[in-house]
Amino acid sequence: MTVTLILLAGMMAVIVGWLIRQTTNVSPWVADTGVQEYDNNRNNPDQLQADSVKIGLGVFLAVATSLFALFISAYMMRMELADWSPLNDPDILWFNTAFLVVASVYFQLAHNSVKRLDANKVRTYFLVAGIFTFIFLIGQLEAWRQLSEAGYYLSNNPANAFFYLFTAVHGLHLFGGLWVWCKTTLKFAEAKGKAPEVAIVARSVELCTIYWHFLLVVWLVLFALFIYT
Amino acid sequence: MTQVAHDETAFAPPAEVEEVELYHPKTFIGKYIWSQDAKVIAIQYSITAIGIGLVALVLSGIMRLQLGFPDTFSFIDPSSYIQNVTIHGMIMVIYLLTALFLGGFGNYLIPLMVGARDMVFPYVNMISYWVYLAAVLVLVASFFAPGGATGAGWTLYPPQAILPGTPGSDWGIVLMLISLALFIVGFTMGGLNYVVTVLQARTRGMSLMRMPLTIWGIFMATILALLAFPALFVSAIMMILDQTIGTSFFMPAVVSMGEQLDYDGGSPILFQHLFWFFGHPEVYIVALPAFGIVSDLISVHARKNIFGYRMMVWAIIAIGALSFIVWAHHMYVSGMHPYFGFFFATTTLIIAVPTALKVYNWVLTLWKGNIRLTVPMLFAIGFIFTFVNGGITGLFLGNVTVDVALSDTYFVVAHFHMVMAVSPILVVFGAIYHWYPKITGRMLNDTLGKTHFWITFLGTYAIYYPMHYLGILGVPRRYYANGVTDFIPESAQSLNAGITVAALIVGVAQLIFIYNLIISYSRGKEAGGNPWEATTLEWQTPDTPPKHGNFGDELPVVYRWAYDYGVPGAELDYIPQNQPPRPTSTDSEA
Amino acid sequence: MAIAIAVVILIIGSVLFHFWSPWWLTPIASNWGMIDDTINLTFAVTGFVFVAVNGFLAYVIIRYRHRDDKRATYEPENKKLEWWLIGLTTVGVAALLAPGLVVWAKLVDVPEDAAQVEVVGQQWHWSFRYPGADGVLGKVNSRLVNEDNPFGMNPDDPAGRDDILVRGNELRLPLDEPVKLLLRSKDVLHNFAVAQFRVKMDLVPGMVPYLWFTPTRTGKFDILCEELCGLGHFAMRGHVVIDERDDYEAWLSKQVTFADTLKQTKGDAVAGKILYGTCASCHGQGGQGNVALNAPKLSGQSGWYMTGQLKNFKSGVRGADENDPYGQQMAQMTALLYDDKAISDVAAYIRTLPDTPAPTTLESAAAKGAQIYSTCAACHGSNGQGISAMNAPRLAGMSDWYLVTQLNNFKAGVRGSHEQDKYGPQMLLMTSMLKNEQMVTDLVAYINTLGKPE
Repeated sequence: MTVTLILLAGMMAVIVGWLIRQTTNVSPWVADTGVQEYDNNRNNPDQLQADSVKIGLGVFLAVATSLFALFISAYMMRMELADWSPLNDPDILWFNTAFLVVASVYFQLAHNSVKRLDANKVRTYFLVAGIFTFIFLIGQLEAWRQLSEAGYYLSNNPANAFFYLFTAVHGLHLFGGLWVWCKTTLKFAEAKGKAPEVAIVARSVELCTIYWHFLLVVWLVLFALFIYT
Repeated sequence: MTQVAHDETAFAPPAEVEEVELYHPKTFIGKYIWSQDAKVIAIQYSITAIGIGLVALVLSGIMRLQLGFPDTFSFIDPSSYIQNVTIHGMIMVIYLLTALFLGGFGNYLIPLMVGARDMVFPYVNMISYWVYLAAVLVLVASFFAPGGATGAGWTLYPPQAILPGTPGSDWGIVLMLISLALFIVGFTMGGLNYVVTVLQARTRGMSLMRMPLTIWGIFMATILALLAFPALFVSAIMMILDQTIGTSFFMPAVVSMGEQLDYDGGSPILFQHLFWFFGHPEVYIVALPAFGIVSDLISVHARKNIFGYRMMVWAIIAIGALSFIVWAHHMYVSGMHPYFGFFFATTTLIIAVPTALKVYNWVLTLWKGNIRLTVPMLFAIGFIFTFVNGGITGLFLGNVTVDVALSDTYFVVAHFHMVMAVSPILVVFGAIYHWYPKITGRMLNDTLGKTHFWITFLGTYAIYYPMHYLGILGVPRRYYANGVTDFIPESAQSLNAGITVAALIVGVAQLIFIYNLIISYSRGKEAGGNPWEATTLEWQTPDTPPKHGNFGDELPVVYRWAYDYGVPGAELDYIPQNQPPRPTSTDSEA
Repeated sequence: MAIAIAVVILIIGSVLFHFWSPWWLTPIASNWGMIDDTINLTFAVTGFVFVAVNGFLAYVIIRYRHRDDKRATYEPENKKLEWWLIGLTTVGVAALLAPGLVVWAKLVDVPEDAAQVEVVGQQWHWSFRYPGADGVLGKVNSRLVNEDNPFGMNPDDPAGRDDILVRGNELRLPLDEPVKLLLRSKDVLHNFAVAQFRVKMDLVPGMVPYLWFTPTRTGKFDILCEELCGLGHFAMRGHVVIDERDDYEAWLSKQVTFADTLKQTKGDAVAGKILYGTCASCHGQGGQGNVALNAPKLSGQSGWYMTGQLKNFKSGVRGADENDPYGQQMAQMTALLYDDKAISDVAAYIRTLPDTPAPTTLESAAAKGAQIYSTCAACHGSNGQGISAMNAPRLAGMSDWYLVTQLNNFKAGVRGSHEQDKYGPQMLLMTSMLKNEQMVTDLVAYINTLGKPE
């Protein structure tokens, strides 16, 4: 549980620290000060919506972090027991990792192009990123196929079971991301030709970029875990 | 005043702006079934939770019949007894209390109390309820599955949860785990809403430190739940794999019923760590909203500001943070490394300090107050008394040495019922008597309410206070029958019979409450907008019950905290949060 | 107002209840008086808090009840008061925690000279293993557990040869000597708890937790399982007997070692046939039973059960109750079986008899019995075939009238309440689910429908 504890302690520290900072040196019973310290953002509803969705994604990523941290804790606790025999990680995982990195890079490029208001580039990069993600997922399925052909089934050994479990959970998260990607792609089609083409999709691109970066980090951690244990 | 127009659309997610905020559903189905209005969702959550809670209440009645009169009722056998124990606990903790406090009160109160028109993501909020309903239905379905519901205890410990010898070890447990997974998915959707709404959709002037403690409690509980439920999710998935595919995450080599099974090498303790990593925060997921709500009830009905608001907020934050590092106090006698005992006993007893502070501050709020003994106030006082009792028995069980003697006995049962069953449920009742006038526009009947209070408060104390002493004697929990032992005297059986009678009376008395809810809906006294003369925003709405959008054309602006009661020099003994300090200062908006 | 009075009455009532309660800690029988001290200390500190806080609450409710002409005092906070309260609470909590941790340090620190005894749990029985003359417990492995080796002993480990194996629910320990109990489970979680010793700990399959104590009082104490372990959880009982050193050793010397169990020969059916002649006069040549003579069917019943019951009759564990005339008769007859060899011989012969299902004598609705039997099935098997690992004999195809009699005997405590009866007490508890005569008949009617054993 150490991993979870450290991660959650970190998250809790951020939350508690933020809350304490917001709440010290305030005399709540004094009337009328709050209006002055009113956050300027709130005067701009568009910005506020964008923030809300972004914060919503942030909260979701915190939940997902907790989920993966707990899975990893379980892995490390289970690993210490006697019957653990490490899995031979299929080589294809290296290629898959590369694809996922490329996908993430393209999302970042798309996101950067949004700032430069270059609609064509945003569209291209965004599409390429999604395609690379598909390739990653197909690669993961191929890794499963190779493993099960080599006789590494889910129930043989906890290391196998964890491998299938982690890749499945991670893959499902990516799959969820791809669903949003598909919706956004449709939005691109709709937006084509309309005046602020980039603006219509800007937020979706940004959220996808954050989400993909997060899942890339998760995958790198999981992959490192597989390799070193 | 363009500001106002902006506010209209400010608090909905981008994709839904057009449909949701501007479209007010007209049909019955749009309004009450596929509703995206947090208030309707709140009522859907509440009715479902109370409904399934009544099922759990009946199950507990059946258990008590067996314990009180072990030779009488032929329809209770050892299997159905532990199935009832399991499902009773699971429903009460998760499907009733968690869902009611967060899905019910959270949905109703957060937007109203922080001055928002709705949750930030109404569509996700609606899905959250329907997934919760699906979770409840799957749970109910497990009763009718072959072999019945699981009888593994609400902690669902492997190996027994998935081995023969425990009822429902094939279908029951899998459906239970699926139901939990669904609940967690549904809750996460709701929880995202509660957190982001509190962070983003507060109205102008509603700084964090002006939020009512109800919102603080629900907010912190939601954060805990979002971070802790994944632990249950992880263990549920891994146990499903152990059960169906034969992996050995939690399963060591076992010989079940004389047969060698294929499992090998897993660790049941691993499951316990994961489970309690969720399970202990869960206690505070239920307790913190209750703490928050009761603070507001006490303040409103004592006509006095909450004493030490800042400490109350920090206590909520501290309890929330600490609740993640105390989980293994449920495992002192589980066979984990004994040195953990030192650490977890220390952290557990530390958490008593902020909790005790909250109790002091509730009592100190009453002190020098002007206490109206309304029904919500009675429930709040009942809560304080019960919670003090349940809290101090926690000092027994949290202290590792004392726990060794008392764990797995009725002392534990009595303790957790006092502290996380009766206490929160008294708050739930108080809160319903308090907010029912806002939800329906009518008051609940006072006489029925007082009758309900007295039977519930005295009855539950009569059930659980003596039960501690059975535990001190050493009577073990989760026993179908005590039979003959060398240390349990005959008198213990008489006590059990007495407890059962009290439990049945309390159980039946809840019908008074249900009757009151139904009858007052059409015949209750007209409440008016603010019958309790309260300061918080939900009582300042232009309509009662509040319409879709909550606050009419203009969102309220908040000028003060939620506890301006008995302010010296003020005209009335309360000042609503949206009342400007001086009548002329409204121009500060611009 | 009523609420304040109620609070006062509840405070007084709770305190009086505390002092007058007939339900209190059992008289202690181990060295862990320190645990009782921490409990009493906690009661003192928390009792004070309980009275003080709630008493103040009642006072406040009366003193500051609503008056129309009054207003509450406006006092947002009082930092000084709050810090004082936090400080005092912290002191109180530390006063509870410190002694608790000191005692815990002793609880986890096993004395060097503690004798080791292994407690083995399974659904829903206890058994025990002593290290024998060499003082070392031999290696075990749950993969080696089978009918002949219920402890899972490793036959290749010389240290295990002299291990003393005690099957059946009775643990004996010498007075005033520290003992470390190693807790092993074969299947699910269990918990070894003796109220009078105060200490308890889970048995976890796949690992070996421990606890230690020094018995300070001779006598017999109940062992209860206190971790939910399935539907027979409440019936998983045993007892521990604390003896003077001499009595303990005398008892220990009569127990079998692992080496003994390896040497045990199977019964000789040929020799048994001669002995069976006497039995045949009532139970019939084919062991088919005779309802008129109250002799149940024997053929088809498993050998381990037959052996065990014959021994029980012979030693007076069964058939001693005055309300069991046929049992008494049987007890006299078993006097003819002069030793254990004779008993296993005759049991072996009975195994060779042809197994035809006994005729049914009951008319009742089998359907109702199915639900009841689902509990029985956990041990006796879903076809009533009996499971030796669960110490559960075969029920299907045996004399139904006899099952009715025996169920009623268990229910009435005529059978199974002898203190040397290893597995009877469990049936005593399980039959508590049969709450009337009709349920017994329904149940047995259902057992009549079950197929023959495979």
